[in-house]
Amino acid sequence: MSLYQMQKFLFNLNRDSATQDRFRTDLPGLLSGYQLTAEEREAIVSRDVGLLYVLGANGQLLMHYAALLGMPWGDYIAAMRAGVAQHGPVRAGIYAMTTRLDERVANI
Amino acid sequence: MSLVFAGVSSHAPGITGRAKMADPKVAERFFDAYRAMGAQLEAARPEALVVVAAEHFANFFMNNMPAFAVGMADAYEGPIEDPQWLAIARTSVPGNAALSKRLIEEMMQTVDLAYAEEWKFDHGIMVPLNFLTPRFDLPVIPVNINCQGPPLTPLHRAWAFGEALRRAADAAPERIAVVGTGGISHWPATPDSGKINEAWDREFLGCWEANDKEALLSYTDEATYRDAGQGGFEIRTFAAVAAAAKGCGTVQFYQPIPIFSVGCTIATMQVAA
Repeated sequence: MSLYQMQKFLFNLNRDSATQDRFRTDLPGLLSGYQLTAEEREAIVSRDVGLLYVLGANGQLLMHYAALLGMPWGDYIAAMRAGVAQHGPVRAGIYAMTTRLDERVANI
Repeated sequence: MSLVFAGVSSHAPGITGRAKMADPKVAERFFDAYRAMGAQLEAARPEALVVVAAEHFANFFMNNMPAFAVGMADAYEGPIEDPQWLAIARTSVPGNAALSKRLIEEMMQTVDLAYAEEWKFDHGIMVPLNFLTPRFDLPVIPVNINCQGPPLTPLHRAWAFGEALRRAADAAPERIAVVGTGGISHWPATPDSGKINEAWDREFLGCWEANDKEALLSYTDEATYRDAGQGGFEIRTFAAVAAAAKGCGTVQFYQPIPIFSVGCTIATMQVAA
């Protein structure tokens, strides 16, 4: 279980501009510093916010990652719902979805 | 001198970051109430503002997560988030390291806490300051209670922290204000963002207004997670303020605003002996 490592990556990325630069210019090198599963690595490389959500990324980390990727708020919400639809319920952490897949909250 | 002001307020990042997506009439009423709380705070002539917040992995992570942390610097920077995303410009906020040190020394007599000489403010502090002290000129002493990474700080320890804060404030010659920030029920940053359990919120606020310690501390994490979401864990900040103020509270504003992801709350509490 390397959810800790995946979240540590998001934590560092969110708060450190040098890490953000490296995210853009040398992602493989940046990720080599974290012990990630193949699924986690692929989710990061493919910018799959929905899968990161299902893998258990804390929302307080994930929403800033989504903002860094330039995703508007509605797209972030939609990506998490799409992740659950594709990969099933959230597997870890305290940010599980409690509404139905087809539910719209806050008109998003 | 003593504690001269106590209150609680919401801090959700959508309050500023998604302000333009809300019904302007509803949002403006909330912002007016927030600014009115700022006027009350100013009228109390505090020399420092202790913000008891629930940090969100801005400074503290699971490699070394304190149950309580208190800032001890002469200046802090915020927001750590993208300023455009939060719609609050990055700025320097004054602190008071010497006062922090005295408060920490006294609080440590009864509560084990971490201190931090470096701290970047996230929305949990910047959103409240944006309305309460919009010139960012009142020295702030930041406090973090772990409401984010389980095992969480037990609710009764948050109460003990509030008692220690009050004792420390009373021992200081400065006039000190305290504001707790956080959500009541909410499911932030999930697909459920905007879901709000208004009945739960109102019942909790009733307990808080009455400063009913037994009722406030009866909320189990299991029930809170079920009924109020992971955001509900932030009631720790409300409990700490109630323990510090000791008086009765008044809710000035409560209104669910789903696009802000929270039942938006502004409340003050009488500081009693």
